[in-house]
Amino acid sequence: MSSTQTVSPPGAPPTKTGPSLVGRVLTTPTVGPLIFLVLAIAFFSIKSSAFLTGGNLSLIVQQVMVVGTLAIGQTLIILTAGIDLSNGAVMALGQIVIAKLAVDSGLNPILAILLGLAATTAFGLANGSLVTGLRLPPFIVTLGTLNIAFALTHIYSNDQSITVSSSTLTFFGKTFPLGGTDVTYGSVFMIALYVLAWYVLKYTASGRHVYAVGNNPEAARLTGINTRKLLLTVYATAGLIYGIASLLSIARTNVGDPNAGQTDNLDSITAVVLGGTSLFGGRGSVIGTLIGALIVGVIRSGLQIVGVESIYQVLITGILVILAVALDQLSRRRTA
Amino acid sequence: MSQRIRSSRRALPGWRCAAAFIAVALLVAGCGGSSGGGTGTTSGGGKQVAVGLITKTDTNPFFVKMKEGAQKAAKANGAKLLTAAGKFDGDNAGQVTALENMVAAGAKGILITPSDTKAIVPSIAKARAKGVLVIALDTPTDPQSAVDALFATNNFKAGVLIGQYTKAVEAGKPLKIATLDLAPGISVGILRHNGFISGLGAGTADEKTTSLVNPASVVCSNDTQGDQAKGQTAMENCLKKAPDINVVYTINEPAALGAYTALKAAGKDKDVLIVSVDGGCTGVKAVQDGKIAATSQQYPLKMASQGVDAVVKFAKDGTKASGYTDTGVTLITAKPASGVDSKDVAFGLANCWG
Amino acid sequence: MTSSRDSTAAPKPVLQARDLVKRYGSVTAIDGADFDLLEGEILAVIGDNGAGKSSLIKALSGAVIPDSGEILVNGSPVTFHSPIDARKYGIETVYQDLAVAPALDIAENLFLGRELRRGGPLGSVFRLLDRKRMVDESREHMANLKIGIKSMKQAVETLSGGQRQGVAVARSAAFARNVVILDEPTAALGVKETGMVLDLIRQVRDRGLAIILISHNMPNVFEVADRVHIHRLGKRAAVIRPHEFSMNDAVAIMTGAMVGEHIEGAPEVPAAADSPRA
Repeated sequence: MSSTQTVSPPGAPPTKTGPSLVGRVLTTPTVGPLIFLVLAIAFFSIKSSAFLTGGNLSLIVQQVMVVGTLAIGQTLIILTAGIDLSNGAVMALGQIVIAKLAVDSGLNPILAILLGLAATTAFGLANGSLVTGLRLPPFIVTLGTLNIAFALTHIYSNDQSITVSSSTLTFFGKTFPLGGTDVTYGSVFMIALYVLAWYVLKYTASGRHVYAVGNNPEAARLTGINTRKLLLTVYATAGLIYGIASLLSIARTNVGDPNAGQTDNLDSITAVVLGGTSLFGGRGSVIGTLIGALIVGVIRSGLQIVGVESIYQVLITGILVILAVALDQLSRRRTA
Repeated sequence: MSQRIRSSRRALPGWRCAAAFIAVALLVAGCGGSSGGGTGTTSGGGKQVAVGLITKTDTNPFFVKMKEGAQKAAKANGAKLLTAAGKFDGDNAGQVTALENMVAAGAKGILITPSDTKAIVPSIAKARAKGVLVIALDTPTDPQSAVDALFATNNFKAGVLIGQYTKAVEAGKPLKIATLDLAPGISVGILRHNGFISGLGAGTADEKTTSLVNPASVVCSNDTQGDQAKGQTAMENCLKKAPDINVVYTINEPAALGAYTALKAAGKDKDVLIVSVDGGCTGVKAVQDGKIAATSQQYPLKMASQGVDAVVKFAKDGTKASGYTDTGVTLITAKPASGVDSKDVAFGLANCWG
Repeated sequence: MTSSRDSTAAPKPVLQARDLVKRYGSVTAIDGADFDLLEGEILAVIGDNGAGKSSLIKALSGAVIPDSGEILVNGSPVTFHSPIDARKYGIETVYQDLAVAPALDIAENLFLGRELRRGGPLGSVFRLLDRKRMVDESREHMANLKIGIKSMKQAVETLSGGQRQGVAVARSAAFARNVVILDEPTAALGVKETGMVLDLIRQVRDRGLAIILISHNMPNVFEVADRVHIHRLGKRAAVIRPHEFSMNDAVAIMTGAMVGEHIEGAPEVPAAADSPRA
């Protein structure tokens, strides 16, 4: 409407037009990971006919279900320029709380789930309070809560895993047929969580504030965003999501396992980074994280089916992480 | 049980495939190029029997040796070996994933050293429901009947042997014992520890006891994760607590060597009896050097090769292995004690692993 | 003391401060400072490093709470506890370096913290942003200030320094009702870009807002300001009109080489600009 009036002020540099469509696609951080995921699937499909089957693809999603869910919370926190080392341990604690209450104490499973979610949310809230209240670095805070959650898990469980048979607790591990393949409810639930997180981050004010806080916390504060409240909400929400991961973990393995999740903190960070989200905060996408988690799952499954030792999966993941971070840096240097 | 030693002998095809994969990765990164995808052929073809081996970790020499044994047996039988491991001792989720992937890859049978003896059970049940033969190696599942068969050394018995040895050597003396254990809640650690206590006659425990039994004579008890450095730290701390310790039980030989280092630094290496379990070559040499008094030697190579044979047999004629097969344990010492059966260092070195 | 000789009807003060004091331990950052900003003017605030002008500006924008003294908006006393309070009184601040979130696009930056939601349940229940309206309104704001950027959907980090400053100024101008405070808006810019920002500042004034411009750049100040508030030792040393004084005079007052009890009008002490004390 008013664009006809627009005149460049004297001495202004030539107006930059919006980036071209191709340029925009290539600089969208999720495109690289997506191309890579497709190529990885193509690669293993050529290598083995057992790879590209509905059953195996469903299995891969199941296998990334727990880390994938944890990675949603991790993405939220990393977008605010934080990091969460405690998520795997908090997830393990949530699992033990749910299993212990439901199996050993005979509590109603739904109530046990709610208490488990409350426990993990409380941990998220504790992380958030320490980060915003005492202004401690998230790395240190979550390193502390990692150990606290780990210890509580082992104390409370008495180091015993708890076999779970309740059909309520294992609901997300049950399957339904979808185009001739059995798909677990948990896989669908994880993907629904991703869609929800994507919507909130992209299309609501709170979501945009998460980016703003990670991108330039001072600017965000000065525009009137209550950054403390926002951070607290992000950490607490992440805690709640970890609780959901606890439930998915129980559903997947049918046990409350005190030793679960010990590398999930780094695995979830790996998924976030592979998905193109910047560890410096403020840039990235939760859909990228899903792709990142799937990349790890595809490589793990593919190498296993092709008959390569699992240690090579670790090797390749390491190389990919470095590549992803390097690409992030390079693309930023180009746009800066 | 997580001494970080890297096997220098990795399967070559693995390298090649990994290299091909990385090449594709670099291609994508470099130029977002065409989706060529290599058409190289590894594996897959023919009617090879696929055998899965899932160990607790990739780094412990015990499991590296186990893998070697399986590799040899697979080659001899013309079978294909798939291997995987948890990321750390106690990584149940990693083993579950490996189980699922091996079933998806079409393995006829899977050999597994369960990291969590209880937690793995539902996943094993799923694999068996799909007609896969599952054999536990080294560590029984809980319940043991969750797998088709168990090929293992008896960890409790391994503990009993060094317990009896200690009792014979230190006869009559008042014992002040330090135990350098594995990690909370891991059954191998509990079995060896309780076996030792039981063999010593210091306390009552059997193979079903699920927690560490610590009678009054155990003056100090610490976890080491089977790691040499942690073993040393644990021993140093125990000496602070009780300087007059005269017996040290260790979960494995790396922990024992850590304890020896700490004792030597404190000038007490001559007064203290160290006993251990595993029978790795480094451990047996330590017995020869007098650093460790005695160790219970186990035979990981044998379990693995017997396991592979059993899967191949099942693939050929449908015979399922069942029950418990003890692959044996032998007490190795340079100073035999009367009334306790043992073999000398030469035997230990001839049969050691790692 | 706040009269303007040019206007027959004396312009009303928009933002004033009386006897402000702020101490940090033993350091007195604001030492009984007065301040007057008139409607529709560009008032430059200059002062040597450590003179306390940044503390003064923070007090006026709500970022610092003074220990004592009074702040008045349109003649009525107010208390600011945060920048958000100041904003409620129609005072917007463009901070040096801190103004924008570079990874977000122009529309998002303009509406950051004041996003528009869709009407109906989409907005109230699903909290859905009204992206189209924000983009359209952003385009309008930018056009009003004659900032020539076409796409409101490009990330601010793809813009030049001057254009980024333009975005920050446009945001403040769009939402300010009374005052826009600009903290060193040209500090990091080249000559051409500086010219563009100065034009922008005039545009904002011409739309009826009063502007406080904090700057070290004396030629800029003398080019664009209607009046210049000179700060020294925690208080106002003088207010001068650029066409009545030279830059050397201003520097002399800033450094104390020229004593200026004379707010407006001729200096009582002869210009001491060649004094080596500066």
